[in-house]
Amino acid sequence: MKIAVCIKQVPDSWAEKKMEGGRLDRLNVDAVLNDLDEYAVEEALRISEAHGGNGEGAPNSITVISMGPERSVDAARKALSMGADSAIIIADEALAGSDALATSKVLASVIAKGEFDLVLCGTESTDARMSVIPAMIATRLGWAQLTFAGSVTIDTTAKTASIARNTETGVEKMIAAFPAVISVIEKINEPRYPSFKGIMAAKKKVTELQTLASTGVDANLVGTIGAKSVVIDAVARPARTAGIKIVDAGNAGTELVNFLVEKKLI
Amino acid sequence: MSEIFVLAEFAGDKVAKTTFELATLGARAGSVTAILLAPASRGAEFAAHLNASPIKKVIVVESDDFTRFGVSAAAHAVAQLLTSQKPDALLIASSAFGKEVAGCVAVATDSGIITDADDVAADLTATQIIFGGSMTVHSQVKSDISIITVRPNAITPDLNASSPEIINLPLEIPASAKLAEVLSLEPPVTGGRPELTEAQIIVSGGRGTNGDFSPVEAFADVLGAAVGASRAATDAGWYPHSHQVGQTGKTVSPQLYVACGISGAIQHRAGMQTSKTIVVINKDAEAPIFEIADFGVVGDLFTVLPQATEGVRARKS
Repeated sequence: MKIAVCIKQVPDSWAEKKMEGGRLDRLNVDAVLNDLDEYAVEEALRISEAHGGNGEGAPNSITVISMGPERSVDAARKALSMGADSAIIIADEALAGSDALATSKVLASVIAKGEFDLVLCGTESTDARMSVIPAMIATRLGWAQLTFAGSVTIDTTAKTASIARNTETGVEKMIAAFPAVISVIEKINEPRYPSFKGIMAAKKKVTELQTLASTGVDANLVGTIGAKSVVIDAVARPARTAGIKIVDAGNAGTELVNFLVEKKLI
Repeated sequence: MSEIFVLAEFAGDKVAKTTFELATLGARAGSVTAILLAPASRGAEFAAHLNASPIKKVIVVESDDFTRFGVSAAAHAVAQLLTSQKPDALLIASSAFGKEVAGCVAVATDSGIITDADDVAADLTATQIIFGGSMTVHSQVKSDISIITVRPNAITPDLNASSPEIINLPLEIPASAKLAEVLSLEPPVTGGRPELTEAQIIVSGGRGTNGDFSPVEAFADVLGAAVGASRAATDAGWYPHSHQVGQTGKTVSPQLYVACGISGAIQHRAGMQTSKTIVVINKDAEAPIFEIADFGVVGDLFTVLPQATEGVRARKS
């Protein structure tokens, strides 16, 4: 199986995020591999390991693909340390400010050239939080979409993927033939920490840097120029402040109810 | 007059409350048409529920493909309607299903998309509260059709009765939208509680419950609330992952959020900070969650919650 995993480098959850000219300031903040993408990398590794493994001479390969600034190489290196085989980074000044339409177009164009059987993604990035990229990539490729998977089972003979889709409406069992785009929720697995051996091995793995031109996507469709939505303004909201704080002296439950009544909440 | 389409969503055998919220917001911008994707021969039954005054027209598409092929079939039908009817906007609820349909339709119609709006103005400017409630962003879509997904509880829905015009429209779902098949659906076990993201009140438990959610659930039930959990609680396996509130879980914005035994790591705060009123119960007076509490109790949730539960019950009887 040829498996691709889409990843994104995002500001660290703990870092203070700022907007700069209607865009997230990505340069002056600590960046990490999107938490939710680690589950996708881990699931790709588990799928591979259940079916003969990946790496030199093994039947499967795992390629991580990311669009972002050149330093996304760091996020990709983490995935490579975990056990992925190679990485493709699409880095281009012209891509800065791209919306989800453009991002999905660029990713889909790179995936389309790779003859992949499966594409794995996290359900969303912890910065933009749109949750639309996996569905958009599937639509652009004309592939099956198996999203919000809480479990994945692969049948390599029948070339099908089965998932349990976990959403507000319950758990749906779904099945599709290859090629398919699968997004995984965090409950699916416990991502491994890169081992020392994995970190050393990652240094020898290939990271291919691509430009917008090499993807073949029209420059007018990406970046700030191509964006089909525009930020009018972004203002910091006043921080929430603490209100009443009491120490329980035996009647705090009653006082709590009184507060709710006063606020007309009950 | 602008034409605004809203996608009706179901909650079991009813139309979801969010559908009426979308219609109420949409009515600010123009004349609202609801798109109803119903199982075969059940269109009229569901359409009868869409009788709130902001909805002027209902387009009913009946097909069992919507149940069988989920997001892709729905997205294909909506995209066909958008292409033929050319409305100014499509509003969809910010559920997992809604956001994915919105994304697929945006690609199929080459329309701009804004997700998780907390408000939509008459000129289709969307307001989003982002980065865990620290920033308000106003944006607009630049393409002919604006696709906007709206978070639950964005507005009090106008439920005044009316009788919209109902149009049945047969549509073919092509094979390309039938690649992933739904084999079975197991509805969520809610214990009769409201869905987390739609609830007006949420009572959440964290590490301080030590795995015993019974006082949290009892208080939730007396308030008619949903139950949430911190990542610590779901990671420990104390409560289902689907109830997790936080950066990597659900983002909620209820009228009242009661955090019990939750320290308030930024991960959790990012998912609940925009709640209208926040109540905190925690043994640790130094817990960071007190910084954002409108009403904080330094105390043991195992004594405070039962007392509060009794207090609410007594008032109701």
